[in-house]
Amino acid sequence: MKSFKLILNVWRQKSGNADGKFVRYEVPDVSEHMSFLEMLDVLNEALIGRGEQPVAFDHDCREGICGMCGFMINGDAHGPLPGTTVCQLHMRHFHDGQELWLEPWRARAFPVVRDLMVNRSAFDRVIAAGGFVSVNTGGVPDGNTLPIGKLDADRAMDAAACIGCGACVAMCPNSAAALFTGAKISHLGLLPQGQPERNTRAERMVTQMHAEGFGHCTSTGECEAVCPKHIKLEVIARMNADFLRAKLRSRD
Amino acid sequence: MKSTMSVTSRRLASFYQTAVGKKAVMAVTGLILFLWLVLHVLGNLQIFLGRDQINRYSAFLHATPEALWPVRIILIVAIVLHINSAVLLYLQKVKNRPIGYTKKGNRGATVMSRTMMWSGFALLVFIILHLLHMTTGTIHKDFIAGDVFHNLTFAFHQPTVVALYVLAMALLAMHLYHGLYSFTQSLGVSNPRHTSRIKPLAAAFAIVMASLFALVPIAVLAGFVH
Amino acid sequence: MQLDAKVPSGPIEKKWDQRRFEMKLVNPANKRKHTILVVGSGLAGASAAASLAELGYHVKCFCFQDSPRRAHSIAAQGGINAAKNYQNDGDSVMRLFYDTVKGGDFRSRESNVYRLAQISVEIIDQCVAQGVPFAREYGGLLANRSFGGAQVSRTFYARGQTGQQLLLGAYQALERQIGLGKVEMFPRTEMLDLVIADGQARGIVTRNLITGKLETQAGDAVVLGTGGYGNVFYLSTNAKGSNATAIWRAYKRGAAFANPCYTQIHPTCIPVSGEYQSKLTLMSESLRNDGRIWVPLKKGDSRPPSQIPAEERDYYLERRYPAFGNLVPRDVASRAAKQVCDEGRGVGPGGLGVYLDFKNAIERLGEPVVRDRYGNLFEMYERITGEDPYQVPMRIFPAIHYTMGGLWVDYNLMSNVPGLFVVGEANFSDHGANRLGASALMQGLADGYFVLPYTIGDYLATAKPAKVEAASAPFTDAEREVKARLDKLLGINGKRTVDSFHKEVGRILWEDCGMARTAEGLKRALQKIPELREQFWKDVAVLGGEGEVNQQLEKAGRVADFLELAELICLDALDRAESCGCHLREEFQTPDGEAKRNDADFSYVAAWEWKGPGEQPALNKEPLSFEHVHLAQRSYK
Repeated sequence: MKSFKLILNVWRQKSGNADGKFVRYEVPDVSEHMSFLEMLDVLNEALIGRGEQPVAFDHDCREGICGMCGFMINGDAHGPLPGTTVCQLHMRHFHDGQELWLEPWRARAFPVVRDLMVNRSAFDRVIAAGGFVSVNTGGVPDGNTLPIGKLDADRAMDAAACIGCGACVAMCPNSAAALFTGAKISHLGLLPQGQPERNTRAERMVTQMHAEGFGHCTSTGECEAVCPKHIKLEVIARMNADFLRAKLRSRD
Repeated sequence: MKSTMSVTSRRLASFYQTAVGKKAVMAVTGLILFLWLVLHVLGNLQIFLGRDQINRYSAFLHATPEALWPVRIILIVAIVLHINSAVLLYLQKVKNRPIGYTKKGNRGATVMSRTMMWSGFALLVFIILHLLHMTTGTIHKDFIAGDVFHNLTFAFHQPTVVALYVLAMALLAMHLYHGLYSFTQSLGVSNPRHTSRIKPLAAAFAIVMASLFALVPIAVLAGFVH
Repeated sequence: MQLDAKVPSGPIEKKWDQRRFEMKLVNPANKRKHTILVVGSGLAGASAAASLAELGYHVKCFCFQDSPRRAHSIAAQGGINAAKNYQNDGDSVMRLFYDTVKGGDFRSRESNVYRLAQISVEIIDQCVAQGVPFAREYGGLLANRSFGGAQVSRTFYARGQTGQQLLLGAYQALERQIGLGKVEMFPRTEMLDLVIADGQARGIVTRNLITGKLETQAGDAVVLGTGGYGNVFYLSTNAKGSNATAIWRAYKRGAAFANPCYTQIHPTCIPVSGEYQSKLTLMSESLRNDGRIWVPLKKGDSRPPSQIPAEERDYYLERRYPAFGNLVPRDVASRAAKQVCDEGRGVGPGGLGVYLDFKNAIERLGEPVVRDRYGNLFEMYERITGEDPYQVPMRIFPAIHYTMGGLWVDYNLMSNVPGLFVVGEANFSDHGANRLGASALMQGLADGYFVLPYTIGDYLATAKPAKVEAASAPFTDAEREVKARLDKLLGINGKRTVDSFHKEVGRILWEDCGMARTAEGLKRALQKIPELREQFWKDVAVLGGEGEVNQQLEKAGRVADFLELAELICLDALDRAESCGCHLREEFQTPDGEAKRNDADFSYVAAWEWKGPGEQPALNKEPLSFEHVHLAQRSYK
């Protein structure tokens, strides 16, 4: 098993209000089979041993689905490997002596909580604004009364795969949440269940998205390139179309 | 009547307040400007049909103010809205990321997409210079009102002027390429089936348009226009 | 302790109707005056919180993650069962009920399981209406697959992300209620104690994980949907944050803990690669549909798999269980893997792995078909191990995956503490000693969408909880105790990290209370665990302060609880002198190594009751009777 040394410059910031700075650490025994977060675990165990505060970072499932983890590695959201969250990024993609810069997602809508942790509750509020089908529990028709073509179901699933990690916002030059918002609008908008609220959904979610301080889309494609779930830019086009249609047809 | 107006204006305001709304305005105004460029280049190319043809075309335009002025007003409004949206969005963008990255990677965003603000600004400067040069003649060394052929051939015998115009057209190509592609995204008219074709098509339009514009100064300089 | 399961009378298929009719209702106008505290926002918690709010209750929902959407239900891959019989292959409520009771090795409550099977069909309809993108056939109808050895195709799925899509459905319903102001959401908030006033569960003590602030919350009922306790093993397929603190605090406040020793081991996980390993990754069981499991015949055969000829391979599942072959239930497959590794025939680093080989499947079906069925799993495997499963057989090893045990609840999902309801994996109710594949999602949503919203109303209408103030004595006392405990953890200033203790207790459990257990091993563990716990409270290093983000402090509190829970697990395992489901006692096996159940002596739910620090917990038994599913020894031969 190969092991090697890494040099890390980690953004350290005690709290949302405190000033932050980069602190340099050496991790001497990195195994190629570790995940990136396991490498940070090893660093943290060493820091605690020395009586220093460990690096705070968000993580939970560590299998790339909960969307809790994520930070910038050398300016790339979730690191250099496409379609991968940091918890699934393994150290075999790095080399001996490499120097890495770890920074939190940076956006006004994602304020830093501590070190590499940010507050992404803005995403929840965007969903709360309209990212649902308004049905209560109970009294719904049989699941098979509504035939949905396989291709439509598949496309809806492509969009629904979003894990809400925030990499799209972090990587976007304009801190836009268009990929995130567009993914939900597309998921529901592609399905018959989502039709009755399609216009209002887009209108409310887009309005909330901007109220949260997310920026505009300039179609650079950076979000798509770092999205761990390969959500496509076409969801943004769909969001725009639904929003514009809603505004054109709005009666109030 | 009054209440309808206020509803409409409120709706417009809430529309324009969102970035998606501003981007839609940019897309539509951008398209207007693009269509006008098509007309413009068709006019320019008449230089190859000789002095009389192009001067006659110019005279025709000036003789029909009822066509010229509406077009000019539409263009001015389009440009103002286009720029206003761009500036507002840019200011918002700066505000939306108060602390920038120390290291920032780039995962395949094209130079064109990342420099729209700057290519757009440069084009604005060019447009102003171009108007002073060819429309008002203010900065033209030998301007003869009404003699478009003369004004063009005189100017484009100067290599620095040609270089400037060609450079501007290169920037135009960059701006047009991303603008045309982005237009389909902003208005949501793109269809996943065509996604793979939109970018090459945008590139083709951008290059053809800029080349046709650049053809005139180059041809004059090379002595192909008499 | 009185354990009254409150099972309704009447024939089993009418029990749930009967109960719904018997239940008292809360006047719609009064519902908003009742505050219900829901802890946890996974499938059970989020669906309960949303449904209760839709009914008009005032709901407060708590989760330790930064968003309710991140609860670990999201990681479930395979699917969700429902007795829809859409495939016309003979499925029915009765058959799903039968399979679940049998799969649970006759250690679950028949009435609960029957209700689960009944409700299963409504869940699918509800999720479809919410816009969950279930897989579809070309004709537009819902697709099904057979899963985990079931003989019918009753599993609904959304690619390999069924848990994610179902959770997002529940999360969106929850966010809708948050947007409407019906649910107050408290993310990054951890429940650290349960408050009991006048014998009723009336509130919780929470810590804000950003500011460190302790708070008390009062309500008329408390719902725990806080998931399982598999992380007590340190290495498991659970999320890193999954913990037992909420249910353990409730246990210490008087709630009975049922069947703690029933822990499920999942056979198809990616093996451990080194000491730094922080969690184990599960790969869908569906891989066993086409992959063949084998190890070398010879001990210590270190040749690469491609150089081991067919006659020197042992396809041990196919050999031992010719009828089911590689598709035997999870517990059987896991134990068999452990046996061959114990014999020294394991593969990969440390000899802790067996091959799962797709060579025959690729030859038979062609690579494109295999890629279509398992492409995303192969990709995941390669991402983690760096090996290409199209070329080299996968290596797999069992890992702790699910805990069937949990807080004891009656038919109404209420614990023995009035007003304390427990839903989803956190309760013990439906899976007996072993859970079938694709049944966890079904149970979580059944509890949250369709059972709890009714039964909680009945409780409120009947018990009529009096007004309480969050500033009254039971609340302030509980908060003080929580504060003292946090201060104590921060004041130890020891040398060892929290993780090192967690890893050690996990190792003890894995070795002596893992896939196969012996009285000797359990007694050894029961000696080691209190020693380790004592050391923890003397030597743990928790840096930083209380009033800030302090991930070490969060972890330390959870590990302190695991160190107590681990002992109860071993105690329960020692008490249960039989083999059943996932609980295999080596002393109780048939001559050819199959589990031997003892229905005469152990057909009961073991509900443990906290008796105070240093005291042996008391064992209460809820006897189980099987009237509809005939008691039989499982056989997969």
